[in-house]
Amino acid sequence: MSSTVDGRTAFARRALADNGALAGLLLLVVALSVLAPSFLSTQNLLNVGVQAAVVAVLAFGSTYVIVSGGIDLSVGSVAALSAMVGAWSSAEAGLPGPVALLLGLLTGVVAGLVNGTLVAYGKLPAFIATLAMLSVARGLTLVVSQGSPLTTPDVVSFLGSNLTPFLPVPLLVMLLFFGITGFVLSRTYSGRAMYAIGGNEEAARLSGIDTKRQKLVVYALSGLFAAVAGMLLAGRLSSAGPQAAVGYELDAIAAVVIGGASLSGGVGRATGTLVGALVLAVLRNGLNQLQVSPFWQQVVIGAVIALAVLLDTLRRRTR
Amino acid sequence: MLLEARGITKSFAGVRALDGVDFDVRPGEVHVLLGENGAGKSTLVKVLAGVHSPDDGRVERAPGTRLAVIHQELALVPNLSVAENLFLGRPPRRFGFVDKARMRHDAQRLLDRVGLRLDPATPVGGLGIAQQQMVEIARALDLDAQVLVLDEPTAVLTDTETDRLLEIMAELRDRGVGLVFITHHLDEIRRIADRITVLRDGRSVGVLPRGASVDRMIELMVGRAIAERYPRRRGTPGEVLFEVEGLTRAGAFQDVSFRVRAGEVVGIAGLVGAGRTEVVRAAFGVDRYDAGRVKVAGRVLPGHDVRAAMRAGLGLVPEDRKAQGLVLTSTVGDNLGLVTLRSTARAGLVDRVGQRTRAREVADALRVKTSGLGQSVRELSGGNQQKVVIGKWLLADPRVLVLDEPTRGVDVGAKVEIYELVNRMTAAGRAVVLVSSDLPEVIGMSDRIVVMAQGRVAGELPAGTTQDRVMALAVQEFPA
Repeated sequence: MSSTVDGRTAFARRALADNGALAGLLLLVVALSVLAPSFLSTQNLLNVGVQAAVVAVLAFGSTYVIVSGGIDLSVGSVAALSAMVGAWSSAEAGLPGPVALLLGLLTGVVAGLVNGTLVAYGKLPAFIATLAMLSVARGLTLVVSQGSPLTTPDVVSFLGSNLTPFLPVPLLVMLLFFGITGFVLSRTYSGRAMYAIGGNEEAARLSGIDTKRQKLVVYALSGLFAAVAGMLLAGRLSSAGPQAAVGYELDAIAAVVIGGASLSGGVGRATGTLVGALVLAVLRNGLNQLQVSPFWQQVVIGAVIALAVLLDTLRRRTR
Repeated sequence: MLLEARGITKSFAGVRALDGVDFDVRPGEVHVLLGENGAGKSTLVKVLAGVHSPDDGRVERAPGTRLAVIHQELALVPNLSVAENLFLGRPPRRFGFVDKARMRHDAQRLLDRVGLRLDPATPVGGLGIAQQQMVEIARALDLDAQVLVLDEPTAVLTDTETDRLLEIMAELRDRGVGLVFITHHLDEIRRIADRITVLRDGRSVGVLPRGASVDRMIELMVGRAIAERYPRRRGTPGEVLFEVEGLTRAGAFQDVSFRVRAGEVVGIAGLVGAGRTEVVRAAFGVDRYDAGRVKVAGRVLPGHDVRAAMRAGLGLVPEDRKAQGLVLTSTVGDNLGLVTLRSTARAGLVDRVGQRTRAREVADALRVKTSGLGQSVRELSGGNQQKVVIGKWLLADPRVLVLDEPTRGVDVGAKVEIYELVNRMTAAGRAVVLVSSDLPEVIGMSDRIVVMAQGRVAGELPAGTTQDRVMALAVQEFPA
């Protein structure tokens, strides 16, 4: 009996030592529940989950990219474009909702494939290729929408609703994509190849890994996840906005990095990214509860990102 | 005494890297630090240089003594010129501005001193690794250090370059500089060492005088006598498994042909820059070639296609294990499974249990010193890292394995284990191509030796040839 308990505490200790962000998240939750009594209410915690969902799904997509040594700056714009294509297909073109949803998701995949082609075959630096896509996708969103928001089909609005009062759909979608990401990274050939490519592309190539094709997979996944995130965001408002998700790519990258991934590639996990996204959401929610002005919130969040990565770096160095 | 360390003890994460080591440097001597990979040489150097502080013991320097270390990993900025690198962070100045004319002049003087004929305006990135090494040494010379530590500087140098380096070291010694020299080449030690301190498992196991025999050095280093340094066991060659016919790439290599039979080891010798690595990389499909063809077991390989080469049964252990062989951010287990990752996957899913089982088997068979498959491969010593690179290819069971500098920076004990592995492969009917700059190794382990010069095959020599004959072919000049 006692050995199982020991085993469990040892596991918990290792999990905390292994993931500084998780310790930070717990600390944050404890501090906020003391400072703001309403923080720990079920309704508020569900809110945090819903608020985290969009960034988390974007960040899962970015985890593939960052683990394989790249960067995707276009995910915010691609999210907006995908949602807009979905909304336009149903509202303007009159297609059935599910078809519209699929067209939206397909838009994300295509944008990702373009990114991947530019990076893998055009040999553009990922920063440049996806910076270009950031602008192109945002521009196309404005073109499609003519600058004004469009109503989403019911199937998309469902994604932003609650199944029961205590079961928000965005939370379920987030957990589903968390599971998918963990599975892809640890169990699939493509996932393991991402670590090899990000750690040492030349060694991966010399070991027979088709690095170009795998990069296409990576950016296509990132585009698909961005499209899903875009649908979640639009679903919550029942409307796709031309200026939706501006700057979300930075939140996604921040979540991945807070989760312990390395921007130089080869390191990163789905659990880390989930924790990173939750840290950002808890922080925003908590600061709201404490009635901190939005201006100062930005300052605090920036400081937390720097602090999280700094602590992680120090922890690695002392090993 | 310029530098004196007494009773140095240092542990990392509970593992004792150094255990009560004494070491000192006198003016005007070359003090060799000898030991297998992982014996604690690099840690000791870092303690001497003040990078690590010892857990126990102390390091004392004579007042005003400066110490410069030339590391295995070069610390140059590739896109800056040679002159700028030589005076990095302390350029000669006039009225607060960089005095380019003087920098150029001083740089030329330093380059002359190490015998490097180079324009100081050349960007360092365009130089070969040997030349970069010489630039580093030139920089240390200018720092006017009284103690100069050279951590395996000759591992990447050709024989001529090594000769020149040893001459420079002798000059420095005559001027009263104390040199600490780390090398795995025992003949170099015989040529230049005044004293030899041997480390094994973090302890100093003996100090040998000048002229100590190679056998004595090995015995102290390994802890036992090694019967044969090159234990090649030849069999009867079978059918031709690997053929390179008229392989040509403009500016790199021309009309290169050779064939390797089952059970055979064919060595490829030549000077650095003779095109050996370029040929085997092209044959394996990593790089393009303009003409010629490559056959494995009679089947012609498509050009520039690594995966097709692998499917046909070809494998390549590349020359630079850190840059080309290993994913340093990953674990020992992941690295061992890299080559077989795809062939063992089903429906895109990795065979995790099987991969782990096979990795454990090959790690045991190769006697990789590791705390487990989950250990980061970065933490292994050089010899064990090399075993991991070879191990991942063994798992794929290639019919033809090309080994490019498989024992560079690997200690004597691990070298012999790698040679035994080559024996096992050929005994099982596989073919091995051994590209190596280490002449005794190529001669000792090959059944035939193809010598390359200036991108062409200069000739072929039988087993048991002499170093002189190999060199005579290697320096051959071809009409342009």
